[in-house]
Amino acid sequence: MGSSLRELRQRRKSVTTTKKITRAMELIAASRIIKAQNAARAALPYTRELLQAVSALASVKDIEHPLLYDTDTPKRSAILLITSDRGLAGAYSANVIKAAEQLHTRLVADGQEVVMYITGQKGVAYYDFRNRPVEQSWTGFSDRPTYAHAREISKVLLDRFLQPTEEGGVDQLHVVTTRFVSMLTQNAAAIRLLPLVVTDAPGNHDDAGDDLHPFYHFEPDPETVLDTLLPLFVANRIFSGLLQAAASELASRQRAMKSATDNAQSLIEQLTREANQARQAEITQEITEIVGGAAALSE
Amino acid sequence: MARPPLEVEVVAADRLVWSGQAVNIIARTVEGDIGILPGHEPLLALMVPCLVEIVTADGRSESLAVDGGYISVARNHVSVLAQEATLGHEVGLEEARREASTLEAKALRGEANDDEFHHLRILQAQIRAGERYLQNKADAGDGSAT
Repeated sequence: MGSSLRELRQRRKSVTTTKKITRAMELIAASRIIKAQNAARAALPYTRELLQAVSALASVKDIEHPLLYDTDTPKRSAILLITSDRGLAGAYSANVIKAAEQLHTRLVADGQEVVMYITGQKGVAYYDFRNRPVEQSWTGFSDRPTYAHAREISKVLLDRFLQPTEEGGVDQLHVVTTRFVSMLTQNAAAIRLLPLVVTDAPGNHDDAGDDLHPFYHFEPDPETVLDTLLPLFVANRIFSGLLQAAASELASRQRAMKSATDNAQSLIEQLTREANQARQAEITQEITEIVGGAAALSE
Repeated sequence: MARPPLEVEVVAADRLVWSGQAVNIIARTVEGDIGILPGHEPLLALMVPCLVEIVTADGRSESLAVDGGYISVARNHVSVLAQEATLGHEVGLEEARREASTLEAKALRGEANDDEFHHLRILQAQIRAGERYLQNKADAGDGSAT
């Protein structure tokens, strides 16, 4: 009986320690998520301006550009999978990997070859463990990506895209990332990034009703401007994918750690109750023994 | 000046660097220096790494360094967009000078590649922006002292 009491107390102690850790992680994630959201918000003006410029260009002439060239029979596709570096974020990584796997299956069914690019340790580990080839991976910045990371990734992917298909280039580029909808909802989704589809800048509310683009004077000429802008646009899309993923990762982690803390709390309560019962039983038995002993002596 | 001042936004990839009203903007495009006054025709021009000077509506001067990107003007609204943009007072002059001189030495030996040349030009723009900021501050200080 004594040993069971000691065991219960030991378990309670260890769960209490775990709870302290998960609680700390929850708080850290909660504070970082605000930073991540601010970072995502701070990047919006750039996205807006870039979209405006690209759609202004699109309005001038029928643009043709290698990055816009869509083939009817794509032979090879690249998938950029954005995952987290660390676990303890609930189903975050599992969900985004699942979305990537679905896309992978679909592309293979279409008769395409698929090349994987991965950011985040979790995705790398998943593919390593299954001995599946990964073309290139980047790790170490999943919860606080900077533009420099996005620029590096986009450079690699653009080079690959611009290579002729016969020499190993890809015809399409898909990005699988987790969109941050709200603190409670994050959706893993795949989007096709390349070839680019240029649409008019949405929500240019400042001058609504004035939707004609002014007649721009381009320097040096529209082609060169487009040539410079489109790669910036791609890097920007990747950057926003990374930022969304970072915010989603932190939100998932916060939620996962919150439920872990809650679970630990209810476990502690249960263990405390059991320990109290064991202690009470011990005391009762001791009294019974003493009373029994005294009775035996007095007879 | 009868025309309303320009609405200016300077954006970098990860933040809004500066926004406000201005009466004059000087930047360097791929075809040479350009000055933009209120009422400028719609323009979309690529920039080289350079110092961008903004004379604000209240007569102050802002200087900042960009790593390229473009400047666009439409309906009296100017956007300066670059992947990286640094305001004059954000420049770490000492560090930028040190790095620039290392790169310069390398360039003179003919060992620098395109990326390094590009980086050197950005650094030079940053140094100019930093120096211009200090100079403006000193000028403003003199102005208030006398």
